Amino acid sequence: MAELMLELKSLSLAFGGLQAVDKVSLGVPAGSLCALIGPNGAGKTTLFSLMSGFLQPDHGKVYFKGQDITGRSPQRNARDGLTRTFQIVQPFAQQTVHENIAVGAHLHVRSRAIALERAEAVAQRVGLTAQLDKPAGDLTVAGRKRLELARALATGPQLLLLDEVLAGLNPQEIAEMIPVVRALAGSGITILMIEHVMQAVMNLAEYVWVLAQGQLIAEGTPAEVTSNEKVVEAYLGHGTAARLRANP
Amino acid sequence: MSLVQKDLLGIAVFAALCACVPVLSDSGVVLNFLMMALYAALLAQAWNVLGGFGGQFSFGHALFFGTGAYSQAIFQLQWGLNAWLAFPLAIAMSTGVAVLVGALSFRYGLKGSYFALVTLAFAEVFRILALSVPFTGAGVGLMLPLQESFANMQFSSRKGFVYLMLGLVSVALLATCWLRHSRFGAYLQAVRDNEDAARAIGVNPFAVKLGGIALSAALMGAAGVFYVQVFQYIDPGLAYGPGTSVEALVAAIVGGMGTLWGPVLGALALHTLADLTRNLFGQLPGINMVIYGLVLVLIVTFLPRGIAGFGQAVRAWRHNKNG
Repeated sequence: MAELMLELKSLSLAFGGLQAVDKVSLGVPAGSLCALIGPNGAGKTTLFSLMSGFLQPDHGKVYFKGQDITGRSPQRNARDGLTRTFQIVQPFAQQTVHENIAVGAHLHVRSRAIALERAEAVAQRVGLTAQLDKPAGDLTVAGRKRLELARALATGPQLLLLDEVLAGLNPQEIAEMIPVVRALAGSGITILMIEHVMQAVMNLAEYVWVLAQGQLIAEGTPAEVTSNEKVVEAYLGHGTAARLRANP
Repeated sequence: MSLVQKDLLGIAVFAALCACVPVLSDSGVVLNFLMMALYAALLAQAWNVLGGFGGQFSFGHALFFGTGAYSQAIFQLQWGLNAWLAFPLAIAMSTGVAVLVGALSFRYGLKGSYFALVTLAFAEVFRILALSVPFTGAGVGLMLPLQESFANMQFSSRKGFVYLMLGLVSVALLATCWLRHSRFGAYLQAVRDNEDAARAIGVNPFAVKLGGIALSAALMGAAGVFYVQVFQYIDPGLAYGPGTSVEALVAAIVGGMGTLWGPVLGALALHTLADLTRNLFGQLPGINMVIYGLVLVLIVTFLPRGIAGFGQAVRAWRHNKNG
């Protein structure tokens, strides 16, 4: 396996009595496109918040490019090259699409002119060029997902954590978005995505981890995990795997 | 023409137009009106930096105004400093207080109404302190001796003060223009719109908000200095009372928060209104506050983007009617 971009060692976090993330260990190889899947409430987004620094773990460590970044602020992580997007899109609604992306571009650029120029280039990469001068609040859901991606991309990340960039899109929009994500991975950015749209996971991901009730229950290639009995049961309920085997 | 150049041209035209007034007119009424309208514009612009661009609604901006005013008076009266030398020091005092209050509030993540209440409380604390300690003259206040000369920043004609205020307003406009076209300004607006999203892409909200409150307070402190130099008197109520805070925030909201010209338009509109009502109702005390409140309610209901957003509101209304 190649060098690890991100490594989690026995990461745990509890909210009161609820063990949201329970001793999760995983390693994302540099340059790969991996996915984190699991039923609703499995703790995927919480795990993302732990990786990016929005939440602090109770136990365990997070390593980014071999460095211990446990407990570092999200803004510090973004500067070092680790950026996340949000499942519930968070545009700067009062500003235009162009200005939104420019905020990301400013991370390594002071000049306004250069930041706006880079923002335009990023908009092109995610297919937002036509919407550049629109207020971000006026975008459709698909547009906002693209904006979320564009803003993170503008920071020039090495590792991109994408939280359900396909959720809420119609099949046509999903089909348009998949090549965008693939192109990003092709440009050398390591991507870890949370996704419910299995068509996309099967299509995009090289490696998949499955989280259920805060614990990793399976990992492997998309084909391996979807045929894993534990995974089927986590999604469809206890005993389903056996019933499916009996009446295929 | 780029957006920056457009803004700069607008500021130059505005400054030139205002500068013509004292040349063309010797009328005390006209000059006084212009001076006080510009003064109101400076208060509104100061508030707009933190409230409009930063989204942090302060109800106690008088805190920075009063600190600037008192510092200016104390530096002259008790330290014997020249007025022009005291000016930057007084602004530094306002900024210092702002950084302290900002660090405390933002460190603990106070937002929205909590931040508004804390700033209000700080202004009240300072008002009571100014009432009790000896070096502010307690309840009696401080009076600057009348020594009209340029060197004392006391002009024999209103014209001098008009030009001084015009200079300060122009600086505030340039600062606002900088906010519109700089990384710091982009970060400040990003934090206003969504703090978590801003953090995810590398913005440090604490540092950005601290910068915002410091700049806002510096402008507010300059207004305080101006006040003392014009009226040669300051007391705890004038300095730290809620009147100045309200005037600053109402003008900025009425004019249009987070815009370049909104605070100036708002200040002009409210000041004209206040003068008119004063003529209509005589010196009925507090009538201007009643009018301010009424205008604020109407604007927030019908023009949430303020006067500066009027064109946009009309377009949206037409669009809805036709579509």
